[in-house]
Amino acid sequence: MSERYSAFALARHALTGNRDWPQAWRSPEPKAAYDVIVIGGGGHGLATAYYLAKNHGISNVAVIEKGWIGGGNSGRNTTIVRSDYYYPASAAFFDRSVTLYEGLSRALNFNIMFSQRGTLTVAHSRGEVDFQRRLVNAMALNGIDMRTVSREECFRLCPILNCTPDARYPILGGMVQDRAGTARHDAVVWGYARAADRLGVDIIQNCAVTGIRRDPVTGAVTGVETEKGLITAPKVGIAVAGHSTVLADMAGFRLPLRSLALQAFVSEPMKPVIDMVVSSALLGVYVSQSDKGGLVIGGNADAYASYAQRGNLPSMEATLSGLIEMIPSFARVRLLRQWAGIVDYAHDSSPVLGLSPVPGLFLNCGWGGGGFKAIPAGGETTAHTIATGQPHPLIEAFSLGRFRELAMVDEATAAGIEH
Amino acid sequence: MLLISCPWCGPRDEDEFLNGGEAHLDRPEPPEAISDEDWAAYLFFHHNPRGMLAERWAHSYGCRRWFHALRDTVTHRIHATYKLDEPRPELPE
Repeated sequence: MSERYSAFALARHALTGNRDWPQAWRSPEPKAAYDVIVIGGGGHGLATAYYLAKNHGISNVAVIEKGWIGGGNSGRNTTIVRSDYYYPASAAFFDRSVTLYEGLSRALNFNIMFSQRGTLTVAHSRGEVDFQRRLVNAMALNGIDMRTVSREECFRLCPILNCTPDARYPILGGMVQDRAGTARHDAVVWGYARAADRLGVDIIQNCAVTGIRRDPVTGAVTGVETEKGLITAPKVGIAVAGHSTVLADMAGFRLPLRSLALQAFVSEPMKPVIDMVVSSALLGVYVSQSDKGGLVIGGNADAYASYAQRGNLPSMEATLSGLIEMIPSFARVRLLRQWAGIVDYAHDSSPVLGLSPVPGLFLNCGWGGGGFKAIPAGGETTAHTIATGQPHPLIEAFSLGRFRELAMVDEATAAGIEH
Repeated sequence: MLLISCPWCGPRDEDEFLNGGEAHLDRPEPPEAISDEDWAAYLFFHHNPRGMLAERWAHSYGCRRWFHALRDTVTHRIHATYKLDEPRPELPE
């Protein structure tokens, strides 16, 4: 059992040279049976396990992770947290997530370094300014703290933006969410892992799931086959992002998801130069600066199906040329690192959550490029769904059944970006 | 960067192409007789394999014609390209 972190603990361990900090979580061997198995030790899987134990008293839970926790998309995202969504169902869900993020460091006893520095999304034409005004009004009606800002306000908020009168894509205005910001992504994973472990959850790393067992008569899930043998459980949650359809294939059903590589880039560290998250839907780029000084840059996903965690050159060129159009002074900044995560997109760019066609098997997938911001609410609602067998009210609109009913939550079209 | 062999133009840079998703999907007929379930399957529930995928490509900035490719989604190696009216080629294991 790890100890509680506090200023007092820091001082006490300083006296002994910081040599005797206990492990933050255990590395147990899997038991033969659990009440719930969660496949995927990323943010969503660990948060699901944590809320199962914390909110529903179900602590006989295993989180099974193929690699190491947070080594997939939880460690590959660009750490942005926001809730600027158009449709009421999305706004309610993602705003719940931002609210949970606001109290997360205290709830987990782990500093997730949530910095509500705000997001600025710039507009480059009269049409886009009007479009943003419509978005902001709709979001305000949904209770999201959005506001439009003038061209002058954009340059005051972010003085390094391209303000030259002959810019190819001039900045004419923008929209801001003040409660949005960034969080330390590893800390979110580690915080949930440590808090779940303290409540009795077994986190089993380096143990790939190789099959899903179903009852031959009822079809219900009975357990999973893993590299460490068969583990049984009457309820199994899947939170594996880009590999969701691989797991669904094992269980014998299909998901309406496509796996794409989404790239991100980090520059060499610099002195503080940009204190918000700044993005442009038209240019397909967003950028923020980490506490270490590196620019964290992202853009649109590569345009064809991929399970290769590296990304291609045309997307890199599109993203970076968009960046230097938006902020020309970054043209001479050198990149330190580039990588890609495999994200799973549904047709409407909204997640697929809740019940699956297999009794006892629950879905937490379809996050596309927007999974990190959703971790606390995704975990909370998935835990509720697993514990009660009924979809949480916040995720009813995101059911798998919406594709048959054509009841899309079409955020891709509504916001003009992929999310 | 992929080098994609257009069946009409030969090997060209991937910048010239548009990906059209899974290949060999036939629109169900007749539409009025198709259930909601089957329409959803045709429209949304596509194959998303980790491995070999038959997919549509268009040579948008070249001959502007569509064709099929067999591509591995992990290695991105393109094992074959073929015309729309040709059957999916058998690959040696």
